[in-house]
Amino acid sequence: MVAFNLNGKPVSAKAEDSTPLLWVIRDELQLTGTKFGCGAALCGACTVHVNGKAVRSCTTTVGSVKGANVVTIEGLAPDGTHALQKAWIAEQVPQCGYCQSGQIMKAAELLASNKNPSRDEIVSHMDGNICRCGTYHRIIAAIQRAAKEA
Amino acid sequence: MDRRQFFKATGALGFAIAISGDGLRLLSEAQAAAAREINAWVRIAPDGTVTILTAGAEMGQGSMTSLPLIVAEEMDADWSKVVLDWAPADPALYGYTLNNAKQMAIVGSRAVQTYYSDLRVAGAQVRKVLLANAAEKWNADAKSLKTEPGYVVDPANNRRMSYGEIAAFAKVPETLPTVDAKELKPRDQFRLIGKPIPRRDIPHKVNGTAMYGMDVQLPGMVYASTRHSPVHGGAPESWNDAKVKQMKGVLGTVRLPDGVAVIADSIPHALAARRALEVKWQKGAAAGFDSERALEDIYARVHADPAAKTQVLESKGELQSAFSGAAKTYKAEFRSDYGYHAQMEPLNAVARFNPAGDRVEVWEGTQDPGSSREAVAKALGFKPEQVTMHQCYMGGGFGRRTLGDYSSEAALIAKQVKKPVKLVWPREEDLAYGMFRPQSFQCLEAALDKDGKVSGWAHCVVGDGGVLLHTGIKIPYYGVPNQHIEMRGTPHGVRVKHWRAVGHVFNVFAIESFVDQMATDAGIDPIKFRIENMNATPKTRALLEKVAQMSDWSTPRPQGRALGLSLSDRSGSQGAGVAEVSVDRASGKIRVHKVWLAVDGGTIVQPDMARANIESGILYGLSSVLHERVTLKGGEVQQSNFHDYHVLRMSDVPEVMDVTLMERDTRPTGLGEIGNPWVAAAIANGVYRLTGKRLTHMPFTPERVKQTITA
Repeated sequence: MVAFNLNGKPVSAKAEDSTPLLWVIRDELQLTGTKFGCGAALCGACTVHVNGKAVRSCTTTVGSVKGANVVTIEGLAPDGTHALQKAWIAEQVPQCGYCQSGQIMKAAELLASNKNPSRDEIVSHMDGNICRCGTYHRIIAAIQRAAKEA
Repeated sequence: MDRRQFFKATGALGFAIAISGDGLRLLSEAQAAAAREINAWVRIAPDGTVTILTAGAEMGQGSMTSLPLIVAEEMDADWSKVVLDWAPADPALYGYTLNNAKQMAIVGSRAVQTYYSDLRVAGAQVRKVLLANAAEKWNADAKSLKTEPGYVVDPANNRRMSYGEIAAFAKVPETLPTVDAKELKPRDQFRLIGKPIPRRDIPHKVNGTAMYGMDVQLPGMVYASTRHSPVHGGAPESWNDAKVKQMKGVLGTVRLPDGVAVIADSIPHALAARRALEVKWQKGAAAGFDSERALEDIYARVHADPAAKTQVLESKGELQSAFSGAAKTYKAEFRSDYGYHAQMEPLNAVARFNPAGDRVEVWEGTQDPGSSREAVAKALGFKPEQVTMHQCYMGGGFGRRTLGDYSSEAALIAKQVKKPVKLVWPREEDLAYGMFRPQSFQCLEAALDKDGKVSGWAHCVVGDGGVLLHTGIKIPYYGVPNQHIEMRGTPHGVRVKHWRAVGHVFNVFAIESFVDQMATDAGIDPIKFRIENMNATPKTRALLEKVAQMSDWSTPRPQGRALGLSLSDRSGSQGAGVAEVSVDRASGKIRVHKVWLAVDGGTIVQPDMARANIESGILYGLSSVLHERVTLKGGEVQQSNFHDYHVLRMSDVPEVMDVTLMERDTRPTGLGEIGNPWVAAAIANGVYRLTGKRLTHMPFTPERVKQTITA
């Protein structure tokens, strides 16, 4: 039994400590916005925040987040109106959309520490997150827009 | 809820459709009910909500939104009051007509181009019924009435009635009005088509609520994962069943025709059990296959063998005399590796039987709900009517998700365990048991006459893939009088599949590299050569001229950079593209700095969606050209995840990506695959300009590039 905070609320997971956080969030706690893409921290689709830092939940054990604050796409803003989410809609970023929760969570980590990132800073921060539809241009544009409008 | 209950419950006005020879037609409710249990494209509730069903399976391309928008345009619906719902998996009712068959497959960039006319007629018929009902109510002549979004308007008497109000009393005639092509809206009256309308799926894709197959949760559901024969075509003989069944959370195992499934109480338990499976396999069809040896050696021998089995794809003029009378001849060879779809969502499906075990529901993100339903039925020995499909968003499709293979597997497992089952293939399985864009060897020969015009053209593609191997091999955009185009097959037993534009990827690479070689050898500008020496069609010429203007083609680039040009011709659309490239000579790494692509796709229903789809194609192409390769040794796939199957990342993306859609009022043509076929040759042609060396083997990995340019 591991207790932690998920999107601001205390939760406890029944799964054994070695279980990847991803599956606890998705199947036990029923928040399915965080996605399974590779299972090996190679694509970024499963990105969530643990104590404000973007991590790959597919290779983060639930035991390791004991007592931590975990935030998923569902908790990024209570009503889904984080500056990045609004910018993602304004730039019509998603295509298949499967990677986008992870992209937004990764981008949110960047904007939290850098209010006005350059294109190069965006690219180097986001380079680990794969978008197979190739929405990368629009992701860059949306991050720049969110930085401007936040 | 069946159709009648639905209308009783909501008081909605329903339109159903039935089949006619030339596509979709609306039917009155009475007709529909008399005919069979049937659904409808359009329902209007008294509160004005218009429900339009969409047959646009959504894998990112936007057709979920663009198809109902076509209906809404012709019926003059208020788009803000339109809600969408998935059309059921029933091709007889919801399919488009192609080759005299009804189908719902969203493949080959077909969605808008195949449904466009039918959906316009469907929308116009709804509008006619609404007009007739308002006219009757007002005792007016329907011809004197007009519509505005969501309203019938009577200009003479300055009155109006909302579609919802009409729905509350409307009668749908036994026989619905016919719609003549002349009655459809002229282009200048479009309110939705050609305008920037946001996609309906996007808000759900930024807050985590979009429902993919992976996200379906059912009460009492258990989880399954599968290990398939690592050598394609193999079957399980035996496995460490007792050991696996002792693992934590494992509920059982199921023998499948081509693999073993493990069932557990959670996905991580199922995945752990899958990893622990030790299976003894019967020999598979691909046993012993070595893909690199086939590509480097065997294919060339098949090509040289006069007795090899050959399929002629195009033959015109007198090729022999074109070559015997030629002033100059050329010959070149090209190769390309296997490609994997790598859709972000690993394949998965959910299946649930009713207690009696004679009906099954399947949740799947599928490009082809009709085929999936058939496949599930066949696997279970059911009739299609016993299978209900629930469409989900797809985390990418790219041609992989048309067969219902993994949903059939989920259904077979659910039947045995007698519980709802979610089946998930992990990435390693998705890749090891992938279905690939075939690898290919190509030999091209050309004959130039005394004026330097290309008068003879021979192209042979060798590999294993049937139609997958030869899409895009013909050159209708060039006027070469004497041609012989053929395919030679050599079976390997490796699973192959459609893959965004599939054969175009390697065939256009070969064709457009070869044309560039002849142009540069003759010292003629590649655009001029295509227009004059290859006798490009006027449509192609216009695109070449457009992209020359967009890319400022004649202006020299900075030191170390060069332009390369190529064409795309796919699903009725055409494109001409230019890439600005550089090469790091030490590492062999290619960088694409800028791309320009001019596209003739006919009428564009949704310009921003179209542009996004084409941008996606360009980057999908760039990814395949720079990175992607599947190899097999001993019949087994050598790659397993994104660490050794590399795909494009943000740092590879060109700084400039300029897509221009030509202004056309011809019918819409396909756009989902116009973005990628041109990319390989454009890059190779640019690299030639920089280095004087031709890249002839796709992908252009740094090792290959380095080897080529230092040779």
